[in-house]
Amino acid sequence: MIVLLGVLVVVLGFATRRNPLLVVGVAGIVTGLLGKLSPVEILGTFGESFASSRSVTIFAITLPVIGLLERNGLQQQARTLIGKLGTKLTTGRFLTLYLLLRQVTAAVGLQTIGGPAQSVRPMIAPMAEAAAERHNQGRPLPEKVREKVRSHAAGTDNVGLFFGEDCFLAIGSILLITGLVNSTYHTHLEPLHLALWAIPSAVCAFLIHGGRLLRLDRTLERELVTANARMTVEREDALERGVPGQSGPGPDRSAPSEEGGAAK
Amino acid sequence: MIKSEWFFWLVGAVFIAMAAQMVFDRTNPKRHGTAAFWGLLGICFIYSTWVNEKTLPAEPLGVAVLALICLGGFNLTGKGKPDTTSESERTRLAARFGGKLFIPALTIPLVAMVCAVFADKWKIGGRPLLEEGSETILGLGLGAVLALGVGMWVLRERRAAVPLHAGRGLLESMGWALLLPQLLAVLGAIFQAAGVGTQVRKITESVLPDGQKLAAVVLYCVGMAVFTMIMGNAFAAFPVMTAAVGWPVLIEQMNGNPAAVLAVGMLAGFCGTLCTPMAANFNLVPAALLELKDQYGPIKAQVPTAGAMLACNIFIIYLFAF
Repeated sequence: MIVLLGVLVVVLGFATRRNPLLVVGVAGIVTGLLGKLSPVEILGTFGESFASSRSVTIFAITLPVIGLLERNGLQQQARTLIGKLGTKLTTGRFLTLYLLLRQVTAAVGLQTIGGPAQSVRPMIAPMAEAAAERHNQGRPLPEKVREKVRSHAAGTDNVGLFFGEDCFLAIGSILLITGLVNSTYHTHLEPLHLALWAIPSAVCAFLIHGGRLLRLDRTLERELVTANARMTVEREDALERGVPGQSGPGPDRSAPSEEGGAAK
Repeated sequence: MIKSEWFFWLVGAVFIAMAAQMVFDRTNPKRHGTAAFWGLLGICFIYSTWVNEKTLPAEPLGVAVLALICLGGFNLTGKGKPDTTSESERTRLAARFGGKLFIPALTIPLVAMVCAVFADKWKIGGRPLLEEGSETILGLGLGAVLALGVGMWVLRERRAAVPLHAGRGLLESMGWALLLPQLLAVLGAIFQAAGVGTQVRKITESVLPDGQKLAAVVLYCVGMAVFTMIMGNAFAAFPVMTAAVGWPVLIEQMNGNPAAVLAVGMLAGFCGTLCTPMAANFNLVPAALLELKDQYGPIKAQVPTAGAMLACNIFIIYLFAF
């Protein structure tokens, strides 16, 4: 039973945010010693399993060509492509299209063209917000609505990546599975078969998250109506109390927003 | 016959070549540690060939792996400022090359797929062209080499040092994290050698009623998601849950299809990633980048999808893996 302390080391190490490499190293040594392996046997196990799991790290061979493409504008070109999508769409439809694009590109190995810094902040969040603003007669969004739109932009990027990338056979998670199983249980699993088994979940993810995004349009509409009604009421209250010019504590007054000034 | 070991040597050689560039990169404050890390990794890749053949001892490789862990773990690696194009230059280049930029990128999966599916039919003198059992991995290698050729041709780039330099920039920005999946696979093997799997299996079997397929699948998938939420990393949860439930119960005892169980099990772990602040780079960093007041905004947007996907993954394994 005592070897299970090794698992505890891993859980505690990751949960307390220690450096993952050290966690793995310490957990390996501790588990080996508790399992009554001699230090030399532990070193041997480290070496043998490293040798038989090298396939996990070979995706590094794609870095030179990806790097070459990125320095020649791959991400910028991807942005142009996305930009063409979203000029006349609602927030939900635009994000659904982005979900599809993110899943498909991740599935062919282009995980790096999206991401919070690469695409969500510069492209996806502003375009999703702009779509919602068009729906709000061009007025800036109340803070609560804007937060929701931005959160969904970030969430869609994650869902698309997670449930797209495993359809590509040279992604870390697929190679981890084959590397682990082939070196631990001495069988032979092909990355391609694992990648194919990721497709049903990818389809489910598109249907589920896409469906939620399309419903998001209705939720946003409802929230915009309530927020605008509250703003009107507050403005009228302010007028009745004889404080002209004060527009009431509009929900987005304190938002650190670049388009915040337009309402006044 | 093209052997998979040749390809590992190529990867090792690329690491060593990049390490040689790193030694002289004065923009990197930790250039010696960084170069030592990647250079040692490259040497390990090549040395491993003879460990697999059992003609050289594995223990020195084990020492080297621990040295890699120390170099990365004690923060002795860093990154330089690679000499690359600016944002405005990239926009100009993107306008110039347009959709052609996607051609080399798509070459990699295309070649890898073709090799994985058709390579067993290619023969030279009665022997298979690609080593049997390694078609996918060799396909990836050939795809990457071909894509580089296509890329340099499409982009009119003649200097081989440019992609090497650009790749090194990406390598340095990923840092030691690039090695983590492989080390988790190593940890899984140590768990197995020390008998963790057998112990957990005993516990699992005493908890699980005999032959309860659905209960076992639920335990595996929910366990993956929960462990991932605690550790913030599905890769770390995978060796633990697979040793506990996935391999002994679902695959050995119930004859599940290994590819289906493990691939979908990993995706069940990803459902946990969507729900946890421990996965900061996916959930908290975007909130900060988007200047959200509620730093859990993205998680709240993701949780319903994650729950539904967890149920989907359970049913996919239950219905199709047996």
